[in-house]
Amino acid sequence: MRQVELEVLRYNPETDREPHFQRYAVDCQEEWVVLDALNHVKETLDPTLSYRWSCHMAVCGSCGMMVNGEPKLACKAFLRDYPGVIRVEPLRHFPVERDLVTVIDDFVAKLARVKPYLIPKDKAPEAAEFRQTPAQLKRYKQFTLCINCMLCYAACPEYGLIPKYLGPAAIALAHRWNRDSRDGGRDARQEELAATEGAWECSFVGACSEVCPEHVDPAGAIQQVKIESTVDWYQAHLMPWTKK
Amino acid sequence: MARSNKPIVWGPFATGGTLTAFVTPALVVVTLLAALGAVPDLLAYERLHALAAHGLAKVAIAGVVFLSLWSAAHRLRITCYDLGIRADTLVATIVYAAALAGTGASVFYLLRI
Amino acid sequence: MSRRPYARPITSEWIFRHPRYIRYMVREFSCLFIGGWTLLMVWGFKALSEGPAAWAAFLELLQTPASIVFHLLTLAFAAYHSVTWFNLTPKALPVQLGEEFLPDRVISGAHFAAWAAVSAGLLYFAGAF
Repeated sequence: MRQVELEVLRYNPETDREPHFQRYAVDCQEEWVVLDALNHVKETLDPTLSYRWSCHMAVCGSCGMMVNGEPKLACKAFLRDYPGVIRVEPLRHFPVERDLVTVIDDFVAKLARVKPYLIPKDKAPEAAEFRQTPAQLKRYKQFTLCINCMLCYAACPEYGLIPKYLGPAAIALAHRWNRDSRDGGRDARQEELAATEGAWECSFVGACSEVCPEHVDPAGAIQQVKIESTVDWYQAHLMPWTKK
Repeated sequence: MARSNKPIVWGPFATGGTLTAFVTPALVVVTLLAALGAVPDLLAYERLHALAAHGLAKVAIAGVVFLSLWSAAHRLRITCYDLGIRADTLVATIVYAAALAGTGASVFYLLRI
Repeated sequence: MSRRPYARPITSEWIFRHPRYIRYMVREFSCLFIGGWTLLMVWGFKALSEGPAAWAAFLELLQTPASIVFHLLTLAFAAYHSVTWFNLTPKALPVQLGEEFLPDRVISGAHFAAWAAVSAGLLYFAGAF
């Protein structure tokens, strides 16, 4: 047992002009994560506290929030790693809907724009399945691990500075399909990826990859997109005959 | 959405970043030695002048100057934006023009050697 | 129930929020030193084109205390640029051999080895040792 002081950002759109912090003293088990502490607050101290969560096992991507200023999944942030008062805020760079709940419409719209699904290169084979070698699977596997938790958006200063920027997760997921041997949709996705507000707003801070709970490495994906888009551009403008 | 022409400026940035990563520290050591009074052979007037008089050396030097200045200019442009200077077009024009002017000056002086 | 989302302001304070952002800014500031040193070299070629006297004056300029301080800073920033650049290279240029990707440290390591070889070659060519 340890008593933990939580300092939680509260915002009620109906009564508050702006957010403020509220402190809760919570009796916590040693092995608890921040999400357990929040659940305990909601159950025993303050039922008005709002936040998103679902799986409690770093799979659903719902409980992303700032813990002591760092984007974290609340279900993966162990209290024992945080001495002293723990400050919990909604994910940075997103508007606050209420308390720890953010408005994520921007990310969802961007994700849809990059067409993160299979656009088949060939017609579906007679055998009704596309075959893929282990090497072809490995080529994009890492980028499939994204759980859309948006920690990368909260970590990316460029997204904060340029809200139109497509952002790490959307680019990584587009790149995931571009690298898939079954997919033929790269040209369509390039309209978003190679636009000014696509990969080009990235200045390779690398923060997205550092905070990613699933080690997707969006920063790597974005640099690969930049290099491929650059090759595209020089081929199209200097060597038009190579264009198919 | 239209595809961006950013590759025009990013291509030389990435090339220059790679080039400066490989060569700049060693070259700085050479001029640092000169600054400390231990002038290396290469910086003796006759030897450097003879080297820079060679056509291929002129091309190589001008190339290194261009890529170094361009990648520095591009980074400076982004840093200005990061620090809150929002006049990106103006900043871009100034820094890229400065990189081209520096390159032009180096070509001008190299051709007089 | 009315929606009234609150947008928190973005300020330059993000740079100090985590060491990674400071490291990033230091990396980006290397451009001032690499660019400045390159312009100094352009000035040097001007001197070289003007004859031995101008060149000697340029070497004297290099030996001023301000120049020595500038050189030491430039060396530190340029080396930091190299280290960060090669550490990030595997992300931008992953290499898949058969099924497996080459580990990042192999790609970075190859670049560091090449950097050492190039640096030694340049210093030898310059007669620094």
